[in-house]
Amino acid sequence: MSSLHYIFLFLIFPGFLFSASMGLVVGWIDRKVTARVQWRVGPPWYQNFVDVAKLLFYKETLIPDGASKAMFLGMPLVSLAGATLVSTIVLYINWAPQAGFIGDLIVLVYLMMIPAIALMIGAFSSGNTLASLGASREMKLMLAYELPFILALAVPIMKANFSIRLGEILAYQANSGAIIGSFSGILSFIVMILCVQAKLGFVPFDMAEAETEIASGPFIEYSGKTLGILKLSKAVMTFVLPVLMIILYFGGVKFDPRGFLNTALQYVLIVVILVVIKNTNPRVRIDQAIRFFWGPVAALAAIGIVLAYFGY
Amino acid sequence: MGLKENILTRSINVFHVSSGSCNNCDIEIIDCLTPRYDIERLGIVIVGSVKHADAMLCTGSSNRLCVPRIKKLYDEMPKPGFVIAWGACGCSRGLFKDSYNTGLPLDEIIPVDAYIPGCPPRPEAVIGALAKLVDKVRGKKL
Repeated sequence: MSSLHYIFLFLIFPGFLFSASMGLVVGWIDRKVTARVQWRVGPPWYQNFVDVAKLLFYKETLIPDGASKAMFLGMPLVSLAGATLVSTIVLYINWAPQAGFIGDLIVLVYLMMIPAIALMIGAFSSGNTLASLGASREMKLMLAYELPFILALAVPIMKANFSIRLGEILAYQANSGAIIGSFSGILSFIVMILCVQAKLGFVPFDMAEAETEIASGPFIEYSGKTLGILKLSKAVMTFVLPVLMIILYFGGVKFDPRGFLNTALQYVLIVVILVVIKNTNPRVRIDQAIRFFWGPVAALAAIGIVLAYFGY
Repeated sequence: MGLKENILTRSINVFHVSSGSCNNCDIEIIDCLTPRYDIERLGIVIVGSVKHADAMLCTGSSNRLCVPRIKKLYDEMPKPGFVIAWGACGCSRGLFKDSYNTGLPLDEIIPVDAYIPGCPPRPEAVIGALAKLVDKVRGKKL
């Protein structure tokens, strides 16, 4: 494997170009389903591509007075790099399970925090009050969802004989059935759906950007290219988190025709569950979100772990 | 019509500025987003921050205290950006033309690209005005 090969993986195929365009398509599915739920027509399929192209190529980029320039402009790039690295690892592991290393799941857990942390630092450095408010909410939300998220990850790890390699979790599921087929797997999957909802900032847990309340929070001072890059990084995360759930609970992406159809159906199922939760719930307050994640959701995840320990 | 105009006119993020309006025009903005008119199918969404916006929608009679704020918001809008004057007050101060409190009409404070008269304008008039603005950006003869 030459370094050119790695650059290709990172920038073109499973990495940036592929997952960003897929992410924009998934963003369109989100907007279209939302529109249909509200009995509207909704935007055409290329809408998100046009939005991002407009921001990246044709709009002015403004830097607020008193902002820390390097931080303010650099953090969107850090966010996009983190998200792209997650997508590269998660997608590449599907056709080369042996390419992983011991502990790649833990590396993924850390990398998945980078977009949120970068957004926070960028928002704090802009010097805007509403941005700081949104960033502090984002931080609290992160503290809230990381606990049940890691508890939920423990179930696939325990099922695969305490292995923290994605490749071995895939191999275990290839031999003895998908993890979603067990009781502990179902509990862990439910917890994971809620955590992914919060990670993506979808509606019941969108108090960080809360457009009507604090004018899109951490994003408020971003414009032009920087906003476009942040949107791309969000699109990459939106595309890749359901794929990670397919790896952890449904046995990974299959490449034979029938298996690929199954995978596509599972993917659409997860996305539609996320969008329907988004459309049928009001925004909760940040304290309610923390109580929810540390209380019932963490308890559910703990029950899942106990069940997995006894082999259910 | 080049690629730039095509892209700019297919994705319009609108920021709503209310400078002392009676709330009637503001309700008509919500009407445009409802299933009957649904302007999101044309790529138009309302955004919360003026720095994400391509168009400013100004309602109200732009009274004295609002003038510096309107100027500041216009400067903060990333260019290319457009201004739409909405309703009788936004176009010409309407009923409040001779009031002590409204010194200038909107188009003497900032450059205005489209006027939508009416008290309040109907959603059809709004969509018509947006279509004309799109044609103007694309360089067609009106």
